[in-house]
Amino acid sequence: MNNLELQKHANDVRKGIVTAVHSAKAGHPGGSLSSADLFTFLYFEEMNIDPQNPDKEDRDRFVLSKGHNAPGLYSALANRGFFPVEDLTTLRKLGSYLQGHPCIHIPGVDMSSGSLGQGISAAAGMALGAKMGGKSYRVYTLLGDGEIEEGQVWEAAMFAGFRKLDNLCVIVDNNNLQIDGPIDQVCSPYPIDKKFEAFNFHVINADAHDFDALRAAFQEARETKGCPTCIVMHSLKGKGVSFMENSIDWHGKAPNDEEYAVAMADLEKIGAELEKAGEA
Amino acid sequence: MADQKIVKIATRESYGNALKELAEEFPDLVVLDADLAAATKTSIFRKAYPERHIDCGIAESNMMGVAAGLSLTGKIPFVSSFAMFAAGRAFEQVRNSIGYPHLNVKIGATHAGITVGEDGATHQCNEDIALMRTIPGMVVMCPADDVEAKAAVRAALEYEGPVFIRFGRAAVPVINDKPGYKFEIGKGSVVREGSDVTIVATGICVDSALGAAEKLAADGISAEVVSICTIKPLDEEIIINSAKKTGKVVTVEEHSVIGGLGSAVCDCLSANHPTLVKKLGMQDVFGESGSAAALVQKYGLDAEGVYKSVKEFM
Repeated sequence: MNNLELQKHANDVRKGIVTAVHSAKAGHPGGSLSSADLFTFLYFEEMNIDPQNPDKEDRDRFVLSKGHNAPGLYSALANRGFFPVEDLTTLRKLGSYLQGHPCIHIPGVDMSSGSLGQGISAAAGMALGAKMGGKSYRVYTLLGDGEIEEGQVWEAAMFAGFRKLDNLCVIVDNNNLQIDGPIDQVCSPYPIDKKFEAFNFHVINADAHDFDALRAAFQEARETKGCPTCIVMHSLKGKGVSFMENSIDWHGKAPNDEEYAVAMADLEKIGAELEKAGEA
Repeated sequence: MADQKIVKIATRESYGNALKELAEEFPDLVVLDADLAAATKTSIFRKAYPERHIDCGIAESNMMGVAAGLSLTGKIPFVSSFAMFAAGRAFEQVRNSIGYPHLNVKIGATHAGITVGEDGATHQCNEDIALMRTIPGMVVMCPADDVEAKAAVRAALEYEGPVFIRFGRAAVPVINDKPGYKFEIGKGSVVREGSDVTIVATGICVDSALGAAEKLAADGISAEVVSICTIKPLDEEIIINSAKKTGKVVTVEEHSVIGGLGSAVCDCLSANHPTLVKKLGMQDVFGESGSAAALVQKYGLDAEGVYKSVKEFM
């Protein structure tokens, strides 16, 4: 898929995030927006998946280890056709299948997650299961840069590195912000790349908002044999919505009606520019 | 000298043997351990099927997640560690990564209760039944002997969904090697009929309860002994029926009296047939170092201790 198409899809994914969180009056827009390009790239280009057959056996798997970014994952799945985009407005509401954090019963969701540090272990288990079963599918998991302060992440990294799970790709969304402040002021996990290298990963640093960079990184990950890959993705929290960008305030807060209107206007403007670029 | 004829086997040993014996029949079975294979006895399985044994190192939280992931690829993981670490340290991983998505993961937790012995309180888990019972959809079993332990492992493999089985370190008498023995998840059994008092026991305490019943009989007290392997889902019918018959219930478990078998029995009886219940077990205290036999005696969970407690209760 060309970059312009990916950018348009990513913009729709962002609209879905903002709309879902506004409707829910709660949720986590900041990290969902910083990962929106990644979700788009994975579900529209990288992963072998089928929205008509979400459970097909040979599909690639994705585990959202930073489960609070469910709005981002749900919006990508909806825009990719796993379920209706209109359902995003039911997020977090009683009776909705779109639970506050990913639930395995949602079409396209491969693992329940949300308690930080646990998703990477499940992803490692899936990757090991694929290897034991002689299956060729790949397993992807997305972690927050604050999440990697959890000890279990490093238990899992040690396991995956030791087991040489080269069908596992760990992505860290490095937007540098966690609830209590910048990650290097709360309990710094830096240097992230060196840490994963020490745990026997092949490590790639990439720009989270450049589809050429993401494409190159995932290709390199696929071609890397004998060890798992970690892509440290340098991102901007709140990306795409002017007042949410690089702001801790929008980690886990919903926009009110006025803010929602501004956010959507920001994204409509980006959308119009992308349309224009397409015509040029 | 009749005692010398009694065969004694630790249920952890039964666990290791069962895994090996069932490996051919269940080709998707894989066994995970956290650097305790020699103690949990999964080493017996590892020796026969090294490629199906995954040592996760000393990292139980990750091991639970890896098991969850493996189950999603069609494997049937049996995760092994001491009860303290399987149910205690990794509680939240079991809850969120296995229980919530209701995955087909089996947890074989050995070294449960005070019969861990000399290692002392840090390793004597008296809380695992309570913790695991609270997870929706989790089956919780505590076999009494070799026969029941092996049957429980098989039943767990045949069942689709999360299962926790508690095994012990110390060798215990084989009491279920009788013709016609049948095992079913969620079914208890009356192992001795009586009319004056019901003793509901689980795990190694079933043997103590039978011994106590024998002593009570000599005093003219007819005790019925109900053996409960599956604490969740509980066989409510067998407990209610026995309570109706005897009117008095004593529970015995090598576990805290808070949240374990005793609590489960009280939950059942208070809602269905209010009955006076005395709960024997660890009375909200930590254990300590000592031989398994000495500890069981000190905390009143041997036949003599159960006998005395029931006698007082009458």
